[in-house]
Amino acid sequence: MSTEARKPPTQIALRIRRVLGGKAGWNGVAVQFAFAAILGWIAYEIVSNARANLENQHIAAGFGFLRNNAGFDVNQTLIPYTGSDTFLRVFVVGLLNTIIVSVIGIVFSTVLGFIVALCRLSPNWLLSRVGEIYVELIRNLPLLFQILFWYLAVLAALPNPRQSISLLGLAFISNRGLVVPSPIGEPGLTPFLVMLGLGIIGSLALRSYSRRALFQRGQVIRIWPYVLSLLVGLPLAAMLAFGVPFIFELPQLKGFNFAGGSRIIPEFVALTLALSTYTAAFIAEIVRAGILSVHKGQMEAGASLGLSRGTTLRLIVVPQAMRVIVPPLTNQYLNLTKNSSLAVAIGYPDLVSVFAGTSLSQTGQAIEIIAMTMGVYLLISLVTSAIMSVYGWRISRSLGA
Amino acid sequence: MKRVTLVLTLAFAAGLSTQAAYAQTLKTIKDRGSLSCGVSQGLPGFSSPDDKGNWTGLDVDVCRAIAAAIFNDPSKVKYVPTSAKDRFTALQSGEIDVLSRNTTWTISRDTSLGANFTGVTYYDGQGFMVKKSLKVNSALELNSASVCVQTGTTTEQNLADYFRANNMKYEVIAFGTNDETVKAYESGRCDVFTTDQSGLYANRLKLANPGDHVVLPEIISKEPLGPMVRHGDDQWFDIVKWTLFAMVTAEELGLNAKNIDEKAKSDNPELKRVLGTDGNFGEQLGLTKDWVVRIVKHVGNYGDVFDRNVGSGSPLGIARGLNGLWNKGGLQYAPPIR
Repeated sequence: MSTEARKPPTQIALRIRRVLGGKAGWNGVAVQFAFAAILGWIAYEIVSNARANLENQHIAAGFGFLRNNAGFDVNQTLIPYTGSDTFLRVFVVGLLNTIIVSVIGIVFSTVLGFIVALCRLSPNWLLSRVGEIYVELIRNLPLLFQILFWYLAVLAALPNPRQSISLLGLAFISNRGLVVPSPIGEPGLTPFLVMLGLGIIGSLALRSYSRRALFQRGQVIRIWPYVLSLLVGLPLAAMLAFGVPFIFELPQLKGFNFAGGSRIIPEFVALTLALSTYTAAFIAEIVRAGILSVHKGQMEAGASLGLSRGTTLRLIVVPQAMRVIVPPLTNQYLNLTKNSSLAVAIGYPDLVSVFAGTSLSQTGQAIEIIAMTMGVYLLISLVTSAIMSVYGWRISRSLGA
Repeated sequence: MKRVTLVLTLAFAAGLSTQAAYAQTLKTIKDRGSLSCGVSQGLPGFSSPDDKGNWTGLDVDVCRAIAAAIFNDPSKVKYVPTSAKDRFTALQSGEIDVLSRNTTWTISRDTSLGANFTGVTYYDGQGFMVKKSLKVNSALELNSASVCVQTGTTTEQNLADYFRANNMKYEVIAFGTNDETVKAYESGRCDVFTTDQSGLYANRLKLANPGDHVVLPEIISKEPLGPMVRHGDDQWFDIVKWTLFAMVTAEELGLNAKNIDEKAKSDNPELKRVLGTDGNFGEQLGLTKDWVVRIVKHVGNYGDVFDRNVGSGSPLGIARGLNGLWNKGGLQYAPPIR
């Protein structure tokens, strides 16, 4: 009888068995495959049935409509757009409007959230009560209601353009929004921007050099005079050599509205205000929880080293709290982005309003448009959460955890 | 949320139901015991709920007439308020049986939405309303104005065409519902409110001081408004279409709610055909022989409905104009019932 060793099963098969089957072994794998097959069959049935029914009812299908002329206008466009552009461009216009309101909302809500959290934790009785009232008031009122409040109660109370509030004759506030002078590029613009870019790169290089000197040799180098001269001096030199980079176009009242200048529409302001104040209330609680999760011995250690409360928080407590703060903070950022779709209530032209709203009813292609819109929100959310994961990972690494 | 529900309904309806479900609208309605009718979210004169929650208006009376023809009872209607952008989805998904919601008949809507227009209940056209204090007399003076409009309407596209064609600049602010649009106009966010002219008169009544606002003379588009039904059920299409024609025919023949019983006994051959004492047109439609009698008795003829809701007998006081009968200088014309 030969004692030839039994041939070991190939690694890949073992691996499949372990990953898919778990304790149940090959039976488990079979069940998994059967389940996947059923899911696939259901998905196929839904798609083919939908296609057949759309065909029977003569409802247009497919993505060909994206090349058609949209034929309606949008009042805030970050890229050039007219009514004779395509639905695809409408999609991009709406997407950019959603992204800008989300990004600005995220920045404001984070700053405000941290401030409110620090107020709540402050030993000052008045400050902590103010923080508490803010959080309890704002997070317990429905967001849609707050958006309408800012839009209909606050901003609509502003005067009409003819009686607008003038800020030094340069900017004007009215119920049509904030009009500011807009820069118009001159021939000197390119060298100016190049020099500004060089200045920024130089400053960053200096900063990294001085940090290395500090950490490796314990040497403190004062860099701010050089940074200042780089950032101001280089562009200034470019201006002297090549002339002014841009001139400002002043807004002027003409007919019904202001002509010239750039305008921030009140819908955008109302939506950003409502989204950032609302989300800030949640962020404040997250930050507070994070800071409280750091042992109070850390605060006392800072105090015993003679650091002020603010410095202790900034250098010692908050970096440790960030580990706890970042994951729920990501949730709030995602919420803010998704909540921006309430824009349609006040006529802000976000993705849901112009694409899943107007374009949908102009073309009637609900399935395609809703699928695209959902896909885009999913993508934005995944990108946001990926960025935050990388950030959280860097914090954990720098704390050596 | 509402839209999400609708879209899910549509996805399921499109995905899981079969063609047969669409082919028996009349039977479904009879089994259910009521007609499901898509109306607006509140447009005085066309479809709006009164203080007791009863819906009234021209579009509502179309639904009542259909219910009267089917059930001999105009109250067997379930009204589903739809926004301008959700209305077609509601019809496609089967949530409503007929969309009677001041909807403009266009070729794209007729061909790409899986639905058909059954006729014209009101010949309208798009106009502009501004505050009197702006001292504007013509739409051509509206360069650089801010315009409030309801999103998802033909109005939005006509507006873009009109301003581009006349080389004028404007800012558009589009809202989801009619009420939001009117509120924004009233608060001064826009200089101009635009919609179908009948809608301008109707909405003006909602403003605090209707007298401070003026409707400009220009009509910039053709807006024939009419009911819509889903593709795939020709019998149902015929019922809705001929309900409208019956109302117009009744006005033409001088039939109204008061004299209908007496006229039903008439020996006039045309009246006998229309009122079902001769022939069986009603049964061919899937209704009863006396379908026209039911419609006229419960709802009235087209002229009565018009006057009561938007015409001289209503706060809107709109003249018949294009909506008069064909033999009185208007466009309302019904093919013969024979």
